[in-house]
Amino acid sequence: MQLESMYQEIILDHYRNPHHKGLRDQYQAEVHHVNPTCGDEVTLRVRLSDVALGENAVIEDVSYASQGCSISQASASVLSDLVIGKEVGEALAVHEAFLELMQSRGESAGDEEVLEDAVAFAGVSKFPARVKCALLSWMALKDATAQALSTGGDEKHG
Amino acid sequence: MNTDRRQAGRAAFDSELVRKDFPILERRVQDDKALVYLDSAASSQKPRQVIDAMTEYYERHHSNVHRGVHTLAEEATALYEGARDKVARFINADPREVIFTKNSSEALNLVANVLGWAGESNGIGRGDRVVTTQMEHHSNLVPWQLTAARTGAELAWLGLTDGGRLDLSNLDEVVDERTRVVAVVHVSNILGTLNPIDAIVRRAHEVGALVVVDASQSVPHMPMDVRELGADFVAFTGHKMLGPTGIGVLWGRAELLEELPPFLGGGEMVQTVSMEATTYAPIPHKYEAGTPPIAEAVGLGAAVDYLTALGMDNVAAYEHELVEYAIDRLKQVEGLTIIGPDTAEDRGAAISFVLESPALGAIHPHDVGQVLDEQGIAVRVGQHCARPVCLRYGVPATTRASFSVYTTKGDVDALVEGLEHVKRFFGA
Ligand SMILES: Cc1ncc(COP(=O)(O)O)c(C=O)c1O
Repeated sequence: MQLESMYQEIILDHYRNPHHKGLRDQYQAEVHHVNPTCGDEVTLRVRLSDVALGENAVIEDVSYASQGCSISQASASVLSDLVIGKEVGEALAVHEAFLELMQSRGESAGDEEVLEDAVAFAGVSKFPARVKCALLSWMALKDATAQALSTGGDEKHG
Repeated sequence: MNTDRRQAGRAAFDSELVRKDFPILERRVQDDKALVYLDSAASSQKPRQVIDAMTEYYERHHSNVHRGVHTLAEEATALYEGARDKVARFINADPREVIFTKNSSEALNLVANVLGWAGESNGIGRGDRVVTTQMEHHSNLVPWQLTAARTGAELAWLGLTDGGRLDLSNLDEVVDERTRVVAVVHVSNILGTLNPIDAIVRRAHEVGALVVVDASQSVPHMPMDVRELGADFVAFTGHKMLGPTGIGVLWGRAELLEELPPFLGGGEMVQTVSMEATTYAPIPHKYEAGTPPIAEAVGLGAAVDYLTALGMDNVAAYEHELVEYAIDRLKQVEGLTIIGPDTAEDRGAAISFVLESPALGAIHPHDVGQVLDEQGIAVRVGQHCARPVCLRYGVPATTRASFSVYTTKGDVDALVEGLEHVKRFFGA
């Protein structure tokens, strides 16, 4: 059944028990992204180690508040697991790999070495209307890291 | 609506026969499952009669309209204007007051723009007030926000009660002496609420304001008499009333349409043109610049014929009974909450709800819709172009089931079963 290929157990687990959820007070950039057709929303904050390092700065924390469907919620949870502790450049490479998987229309299984739990989203790529849900938090992450680097990383306290 | 007429019309048409007119209802989806189409508020399906009328138009009569003396030009013009006459009769209007647009959104933008440009007599200006409601489709909200911003007018709105109806308790304060326009939806596409237009018209006209009614979700489902309604403008859209996409209608009072400035400029809408100055065609053509959607008008005319043959009183009665049945059944689904009036009174043919499962809490409408789709059941999920309503009721989105003349109680039963399956699917 197609449906089970989308709603993998891993996805439902992350949906029921999201990791790293909630907004934490220390961050350099905060972004708010929405998916206007369905009302999914995410507010996402990143904290980098040393912004002067550019893409070599380490993502020390990603925190987020979100509402939306199982796919968008699980995606944010998987994302935070994946990128916290990575350098910005590495995280963007994971983002690229995830984007490619999502655009594969069910043709790719994804590279488990790079994507880890995120390969569970391979089935979602067969449902064009849901791809945006899976990508919402990743787009937010990309935006937030770019902002953190470009603003010179003044630490904010929320 | 008149209850006696409703009773009299009960079961006056056989939905199984009606269904045979809609070829798409034979579609199998998702591994050969019967299609259960519960998304008619987004767009209705089309009967064979509409599809045939459009095909025949292209096969036998197509030409441009109002240009040329040859046979086809005359036939095309007669068909196009004939469609206008049908629509006019359908809503009890003078054909000169029926303007063909692209859809409801364009019709509403037309009014919002020309009122913004009109100047003193009818226009919206600095310090004036434009009133709308928290229940509007974005198509009857954003055009007024734009006009208010451009003219310096103030936008105010009527709120909603917890029960999903317009809060009219402060009507006289919101529609104050400065108000020039009140824009209100007749039947909400998300809540299903049928609004008391008469009360709003009474107050608006008392202060000299015009009333614009978005009838996108009422004209397909109940008798419409624009004279009886009492508003000054009424907008609706072809594709929700068994007609094609690409055509909508703006009805307006002749004396207003004559006085207000044109919307788009171009061919058809002019009388004489020189490099220095132009005079405009009489209404309705003054508001129809360029080659119109001719085949679509013909299709809409055929849709109006189809609905007229069923009888709009019968349609209203049939759908009322269906809504009553659906509300009753949905209320018995554990974990389901209707967003909007929870009885069938003063209600259109759309029902929104949210669903919870014991294990998971709220199941997001996106997930509900996906699991229903897998069973061949088509519903709409999301904010339904009415985000302020979702904010008002504190829900991120809703699932909406909506009906038309070809919807049956069996479709409702399939939905209810489908929802139980959704809960099981996410309940693990
Ligand atoms: C109440 C209401 N108003 C306006 C519209 C806009 O109609 P259209 O998209 O055909 O312009 C819709 C439908 O989407 C609607 O339901």
